[in-house]
Parts: sequence; C-alpha cells; structure tokens
Amino acid sequence: MPERIRRLLPNLKSVLNLRRLAAGAILLPFASAALAGWDTLNMPVGVTEVSRIVYDLHMLIFWICVVIGIVVFGAMFYSILMHRKSRGVTAATFHESTTVEVIWTVIPFIILVAMAVPATATLIKMEDSGQSEMTIKITGYQWLWRYDYLDHDFGFYSFLSTSRDSIRDRAEKSEHYLLEVDRPLVIPTNTKIRLLITANDVIHAWWVPDLALKRDAIPGFINELWTQIDDPGVYRGQCAELCGRDHGFMPIEVHAVPPDEYRAWVEEQTAGAAE
Amino acid sequence: MKRPHRRTAIRLAAVCVLMLGFSYALVPLYDILCDLTGLSGSTSNLTQATPTPPKAETVAERQVTLQFVANVDHSMPWDIRPDQFEMKVNPGQTYQTVFHARNRTAQPMTGQAVPSVTPQMAAPHLIKQECFCFTSQPLDAGESVEMPLIFKVSERLPSNIGTLTLSYTFFDVSPTSGTQSG
Amino acid sequence: MSEIAAAHDDHHDYHPSGLWRWVTTTNHKDIGTLYLWLAMIMFFIGGAMALVIRTELFSPGLQFVDPQFFNSMTTLHALVMIFGVVMPAFTGLANWQIPLMVGATDMALPRLNNWSFWILPFAFAMLLSTMFMDGGGPAGGWTLYPPLTLQTGNALPFVIFSIHFMGMSSIMGAINIIATIVNMRAPGMHMMKMPLFVWTWLITAFLLIAVMPVLAGGVTMLLTDKFFGTSFFNAAGGGDPVMFQHIFWFFGHPEVYILILPSFGVVSSILPTFSRKPLFGYSSMVYATASIAFLSFVVWAHHMFTVGMPLAGELFFMFATMLIAVPTGVKVFNWVATMWRGSMTFETPMLFAIGFIIMFTIGGLSGLMLAIVPADFQYHDSYFVVAHFHYVLVPGSIFAIMAAVYYWLPKWTGNHYPERLGKWHFWLSTIFVNLTFFPMHFVGLAGMPRRIPDYALQFADYNMLASIGAFGFGFAQLLFLYIVVVTIRGGEKATDQVWEGAEGLEWTLPSPPPYHSFTTPPVVR
Repeated sequence: MPERIRRLLPNLKSVLNLRRLAAGAILLPFASAALAGWDTLNMPVGVTEVSRIVYDLHMLIFWICVVIGIVVFGAMFYSILMHRKSRGVTAATFHESTTVEVIWTVIPFIILVAMAVPATATLIKMEDSGQSEMTIKITGYQWLWRYDYLDHDFGFYSFLSTSRDSIRDRAEKSEHYLLEVDRPLVIPTNTKIRLLITANDVIHAWWVPDLALKRDAIPGFINELWTQIDDPGVYRGQCAELCGRDHGFMPIEVHAVPPDEYRAWVEEQTAGAAE
Repeated sequence: MKRPHRRTAIRLAAVCVLMLGFSYALVPLYDILCDLTGLSGSTSNLTQATPTPPKAETVAERQVTLQFVANVDHSMPWDIRPDQFEMKVNPGQTYQTVFHARNRTAQPMTGQAVPSVTPQMAAPHLIKQECFCFTSQPLDAGESVEMPLIFKVSERLPSNIGTLTLSYTFFDVSPTSGTQSG
Repeated sequence: MSEIAAAHDDHHDYHPSGLWRWVTTTNHKDIGTLYLWLAMIMFFIGGAMALVIRTELFSPGLQFVDPQFFNSMTTLHALVMIFGVVMPAFTGLANWQIPLMVGATDMALPRLNNWSFWILPFAFAMLLSTMFMDGGGPAGGWTLYPPLTLQTGNALPFVIFSIHFMGMSSIMGAINIIATIVNMRAPGMHMMKMPLFVWTWLITAFLLIAVMPVLAGGVTMLLTDKFFGTSFFNAAGGGDPVMFQHIFWFFGHPEVYILILPSFGVVSSILPTFSRKPLFGYSSMVYATASIAFLSFVVWAHHMFTVGMPLAGELFFMFATMLIAVPTGVKVFNWVATMWRGSMTFETPMLFAIGFIIMFTIGGLSGLMLAIVPADFQYHDSYFVVAHFHYVLVPGSIFAIMAAVYYWLPKWTGNHYPERLGKWHFWLSTIFVNLTFFPMHFVGLAGMPRRIPDYALQFADYNMLASIGAFGFGFAQLLFLYIVVVTIRGGEKATDQVWEGAEGLEWTLPSPPPYHSFTTPPVVR
C-alpha cells in the first residue's frame, strides 16, 4: 500500500493545483468556466449539422429548466426568508385552491409541448439516413473496434494506442491519453456516410460527442446511423456501454479529411490490399 | 391470520404469480410486436412459407438500394461474405443473390445465420422466399458453400426508405460446443 | 431501543430476550428497527464501495484496483444501495409508522413480517460473498444486461438467487403493508384522510407487487440461458439481448418510483409540521402520486433509446416520459405552497426535507433533459446520467430517509436527538453531496462515459472534486450513526407531540409508544 501511494504522489502533485481546486470548490458552477474551459463543462457543439441542432436543443431545454428552477426556488427561498416563525409570522390556514392547481398543471404542460416540438423535428431529421454516398460497418469487440469500408472491400481493427506504462503511471500521459488509437477511422468531409453498427460478443456503444452519434452495437443485430462532417479534423470518443473489463480502454478516433485526401487514402489501402 | 388479512394476502399473492407469468408472456408478446413493427430489426424467423398470393403486388417504378452484410459471432471462425454488397432493386420484384461461407478451421463445424434488418421499419417489408436463416449449416474443415437467398422488397415499403441493409450474423451451433456464448 | 424493551416487560405476552427476541419478533416496531439497522449497515458497506470507486477515479491512471474489480464495485454498489439501503429503509419506516399512522395495533400479518425481514440478511450475505468467488463478483452492471452478464464467473447464480430473495422479501413486505392499510385503519380513517406517507406507501406497495415478479422472471431467464440451454436472450437461438433490456426496464422504471414515492410521503408529512400549516392540495398530491405510478409503466424504454428503436417508439416514450413532469411538478409546487405563508422553523428534519425538494428538483429537471431523445443520444450512458440519478437518489431518497429518521426518532425512542449535531450533519451532507455530484454533470456533458475506471485528462479536475466530495459525504455519515446511537441511549425527553406543529395519530401516543400501539382503536374525527 505505501509503495502504491508513493507511486501516486508525483502524479497527484501535477494534477492537484490547490488554488484552482479551491476556486472550483467555492464557486463551482461559476468558477468552473475559468477552471478548465467551456469545452470540459458542456456538450460540444460538434462539427455536423445534426450535432449543432442537438446542441441548440440541449441549450434550449437547459435554459428552460434554469428558468423553471429560478421561479420555483425563488418562491421557495422568499418563503423561507419571510415566512419564518422567528419573524413573528403566524401561519395562514389555506390548504386548497382548485384554480391554482389547474394553473400549475396546465402551464407545465404547455412548456412541455413547447419542448416536444423542436425535439420531434430534430429526431425526424436524425432518423433520415437515406441517400448516403458510402457505407462503413463498425463492429464492437471486447475491447476494440473494427471498421469495414464496405464499398471498397477492406477493413481493419482499431486498438487503443496508449501504453500500459502510462496507464499504470510509470510513464508520462500524452495529450490524448486513452483517446488515441493505432489506426483511426478515416472518413471524408461533406459526404453523407451510412454507418452500420454491430458487435461480435457483447453489447457495446459507439459514441463520438463531436458528431452527436451514439448507438448500441448489439451482437446478432444491425443498427444504423449517418453523419456528414463539415470540418476536417480529429474527433474522439469512447465505448459507452459497459462491455467488460476493458470497457474504458476502447476509444474511437475519427479523422475527417477532405474528399480528395480520402480518395488518396483509400487507394493506398486497397493497393496493399491483402486484407 | 385474521380472515380479511388472509383474503387480501392471497389476492395479492395471486397478482404476483400473474405478473411472473406476464414476464414470461413478454417473450412472445415482444416477438409479435417485433414482427408487426420491425422493432429491433429482427425479421420473422421463417421464410414466408406461403407467400401471400401476388395479387396486388405490382413492380414499382422506384428503386431502392439493398445492402448485404455478413458478420460472425466471436465463437465463429468462418469467412462469410455476400456475393455483392449492394443491389438496386424494384420493390415488388423477386431477386436472387448468394452468400459465400468457408470454414477456416481444421474441424467440422455447424453454423447458423441470424438475420437482422435496418432500418427496422423496413424489416416486415423484406420478404425472403428462400433463405438460410435459422437453419443449421454444417461445413467440414476448409469446406466452402454458397448459400442462396431469394427475396423481394414489398411494394408497401414506406417511401421514405431508400436504403435498407440485410445483415446476417453467423453463430457456432456445433453440437460439441453448444450454443452458449457465455 | 432498550426503552421499548422495558416498556413491554409488564405486558402479558411471552417475550424472549436478547438476540432470540430479535430473531423471533413479530412486533412491527422491532421489525421496523431491524430493517432500519440493516439499511444503516448496508449504507456503510455500499458507501465503502463508492469510496473504492472514487479513490480509483481520484486521478487519471490505474492506481488502486483492477478494472474488473472496479466494475464489480460499481455493480455491487448499485445493488446494495438500491435493494439493501433505500428499499429496506423505507420498509423499516413503513413498519414503524403505518400502524401508528392508521391507528392499528400492529401490522396485519406479523409472522410474514418477521419472515420478510429475516430473508434479507441472508440474501445480502450471499450477494456480498460473490466478491470472494472464482471469477470475482458480478461486474456486468446492476442492470445485468446479457450477453455481458452471462460472462460472469461462479457468482452469477448466487447473484440471481440473492435477487430472488430480495424480491420475495419486498413482495411479502408489500403484501403486508397493503393488508394493513386496507383492513386495519381506525374507525373514521377514510382513505382520503390517510397521511400522505401511508398513501405513497400504498401505491409503492402495489408497484412492488406488479414489478418485482417481472424482475424475478427476467433474471430467471438469464439463469436458464446460462445453465439450461434456453435462448431467451441469445441471438443464435432466435432470442434477442435487447428483450432483456425491455423486461428489465419494465421492472426498472417503476422501481425508480418505488425508490422515490415514499420520500414524497415523508416530505409531505414533515413540511406541514414545521410550516405549522396544513399540506397544500392533499387530494391533488394523492392523484399526482397515482398518476406518476401509472405513467411509470409506460416509459421504460427511455432507458434504452440508443438500442435503435423505430421513430414512432422513440416519440411515444419521449412524450410519455415528459408527461411525468406534470404530476411531479404539481407535487413540488404544492410543497412550496405548503411553506408559503407558513410559520416556519428549521429543525433538522425540515432542513433535510427542504434539501430534498431543492436537490430532487435539480435531479428532476436533468431527468426532463434526458427525456428529450435527440439530446439523450448525447447524455445516454455518460456521467450526466450518473449525476442525474444520484441527485434523485442521494439528496432525494436518502435525504428523505434521514429527514424521516430525525423526525420520528424522538417518537420512537422518547429522546430528542442533539439538534446542533443534526444541523451539522445536514450542512456537511449537503455541501459534500453537491461537491460530489454536481461536477459529474460537466464531465458527462463533455463526453465522459460512465462505468470506466480511468479517464482522459480533460476530466481530471472535476473527478478530483467529486472524489473529495465523496469522502466528505462518506465521513459525514459517521456523524449520523453517532447521533442515532446517542439518541437511542438517552437525551432530552420528548413530549408526546414532540414537534409543536405535528398532527396525526402517531403523536397522540406516548413517546416512546407502547409495544402494541393502539390496543383500543382511536376514533378519527
């Protein structure tokens, strides 16, 4: 045990910055923006049309909830401050009002309808997977992913590339610790891509927050998703369904590249195509 | 035990037994629901034994894309691939394709294919007239086989579905190894 | 509890003493006490597991435990906290309070009552023993999804049998509670005059009877799939692993309300007392509870939006789930209206009740966010979900249980608890519970999946805060244990009414109440 703790200490020191920690502890929701930046605090806006709509929907619902919270807690705190025995208040005796009950049944209902409308519209848009230009099959394994480019008849496995030493604190942790793989999924930008998802052993889930994509990979069954990425870049995600011992160690790395670059990459892959 | 208490207790216990039965009844209910709605994308277990008489089914003008995908379970070291990945089909017309399977191992094995369709709403509209699903397929060491599939896409396929995927996953059902994946 | 033992000495019934008394007891107060102590013990065991989890998650990298053991900690933590803490604690409260509140001498089926408690220690001994088995404890999550759960080693049948026992215990407890409420109310205690705690428990008991058998059936199918060659959930044999999720959540969502409805009852009892004003909208509270219970049967699939459902299914479950916000909102508004223009004092039970309302509402609002399917695709199985359900369960259910204990402990023991320490306990718990669970919203939204033993570097700060909070919260609960023990052993004597504003049959009895509560039924006006 003491040996373990000693090994942990240098690592602790590097992460434990007391000043930042104190700031966070005191003014958690407010200070946290300064603490680590907005992107570790909220859902990413993402790089697809869908992810942006989902983000907007998320923020809309969030602000509605905040307003509801302010109204309800505001009334409550006012009451807690003003209607206390120590201020010499005598209690009122009312305990019923049908009018009031009806009002606070109907108003939330209207708010819910207002939420449901954009949610339904978004959902319908997300489910529209027709007219895709290419298809990739994603298969979950314990504990790695396989990507098959069905239009070009090749595929490969994608393993975590973070070293055991760095997981066990025996080596420095890289910038993309636990979110890096040996062979990333390469896909073209501005192309509607159909993703077929299944699994080989147990249920996994393929999740890339920047693409607002998450779908379960279920052995024996096929699921579908689609995406169309606007901006080239590297987008990272993880398995989201508990799938055994190394569930936390099967990340997803997506490289979105311009279509020309993608075509060149495909040629490179199929040229050496023993696989 | 006082009489009214006993009566209440017995009635409630009966409800419990009923609910236990209900949990098992969920199994066929779920299958029925899946067949009706395509929930979970499973297609009906059997090929349509008596294909409904093709009275009203006419061949449609529009074309849809049908994709074929083959997968294997972790217990299953076979090579499986569809003869062709994509077909353009007219709903209402009957087509044929094959899947190739090869037993890569050095011992005889028996495989069984489980079909799945996405989008799920399309599952009831993909009518397989001849299919190798849910039938045992024995293969000797190194042996290959071509498995035919005769199918049509129903005219009634919702018009918003342009692409559908039929996926087969092969499981090892060799008598020695059992069907358990656990 | 020695006072209670003393109080019944002069009674003519035969009462063995010592341990045997507790083993053979059929008295609702004794059994209530046993349930509550079991919950207390399991709370510390489940809490220790949570601290193992938070220790490993204190900083990135694997320092303390193996990932497989980590997974079995998350699994057992959930099973222990749900079946071993919240449910027995509420059953304990029901055992103590329902006969007192409806004016009965005891529970309707006292021997069944003894039996339903004494199954539990064995069930949990069996569950916890799996940690030491070949292949380790269950590590597939408390939701037991196949095929992963079928990979469990020798532990699987023991886990499943222990779930069967817990289920049987809950069902017997529920039958007893319904029989008591239906048949043993004092003259004049009409249904619509029952305290809300009794109402919420009545509805909870019906939920238990409806869904515990479904869980039993589902896990039995797992068992036969694993050992007897059935294929309920095995795609190779024509089964469907997703069907398990449907069965599980058909149990699981009503279960969520089993864990929270009695808290609504507790809070609805406490608020009027300390506001010195009757509960606002009694009948709408009853109807709201019933509609929540009813709706809980048609929303199960919102736990599994990512399995891939047809659009119509997703829309149905989204709308049904959002609809639950209406009766839940009515409850919260009624509570605020109860406080409104009251004459409030803030003793510990009131503090916990107010803490409950605020933090349960936060959990409820994040629940509403989770109902929105497109956004749920991002939230699902992330730490946002972990934050959500811990907000409704820890400062929700657990706070309500603590509020109830502080509220009724003077009645049960005849002694007041030390008020200053109680307030300390509340404030420490509240600060640390928020420090633990609030940051989880952030890491979840930013992309941290749940049930992982190690995480990417950008999640490090908030995980550290959460771990610090968890240790603070854990150690603050030792104070609770201390307060309970001290109060049982002595303290300032409580009057019969205990609280100035308290109303109801239980406050007409002496503190502590006699061994047999109402030997002559009281008459309710």
